[in-house]
Amino acid sequence: MTELVIRFLVGGLVVSLFAISGDVLRPKSFAGLFSAAPSVALATIGLTIHKEGKLYAAMEARTMILGAIAFLLYAVFASLILRRRKLSALTTSLALMPVWFGVAFGLLAVLDRVL
Amino acid sequence: MVEIKLSALKETKPHQYLVRFLFGGAATLLAGLVAKHFGPAVGGLFLAFPAIFPASVTLIESHEKERKGKLGYDGTGRGRMAASIDAAGAALGCLGLTGFALVLWRLLPTQNPWLVIPVATIVWVVVSFALWELRKNRLFGRHPDARSAH
Repeated sequence: MTELVIRFLVGGLVVSLFAISGDVLRPKSFAGLFSAAPSVALATIGLTIHKEGKLYAAMEARTMILGAIAFLLYAVFASLILRRRKLSALTTSLALMPVWFGVAFGLLAVLDRVL
Repeated sequence: MVEIKLSALKETKPHQYLVRFLFGGAATLLAGLVAKHFGPAVGGLFLAFPAIFPASVTLIESHEKERKGKLGYDGTGRGRMAASIDAAGAALGCLGLTGFALVLWRLLPTQNPWLVIPVATIVWVVVSFALWELRKNRLFGRHPDARSAH
């Protein structure tokens, strides 16, 4: 229970710090880099290494690459749709969530089949 | 030229800071719980889950809309464009995120983890900033900020 609380508090803090960095930086395209900062990974990797060991953390990092590729496609689609369609940022970003899940788990299935 | 605009902090309301804190905490918790139940392979995917992205782009859109509203304009389109630019920046950041994960994956098994984590973070910074600089110099096409207010 204590570990879950620590995870939550550290995660909230690290993610908020990166988000605030994005808020104060200009131009917007530069600030956008911070929307894809490794905040969740940084918040959690130390705890994972401490509890499960560095090999376990390395296994997580391997599939994190797939998650990042899925995030890349998700962000590209979000940018294009926001530019070309009259949809709000909230609607667009939530409606595109299946893209992240589809790409991430699709790539994981491919990786499982190949290896 | 990159600038720091501290006055932008005043535009964000206390409840908006709280929402991002809660989303960030929940995303970190989720990543841990998923790894515990489904193993490190599935858990690793969630280390790059765009958990806070919807809250961030919504905030950017509403700030831009408010700014234009104060000047007597309908800022809906500008708000969407600001969110679009932020998303384009996030796409570049994702390539840095991939570099970050690659360094962790390759170096963690053999090196001191407390050195590997800072190195991976530096790789994220260098890759992301270098790509942004390339983009700014229009090597990949038109610079997105050219069509938007700052």
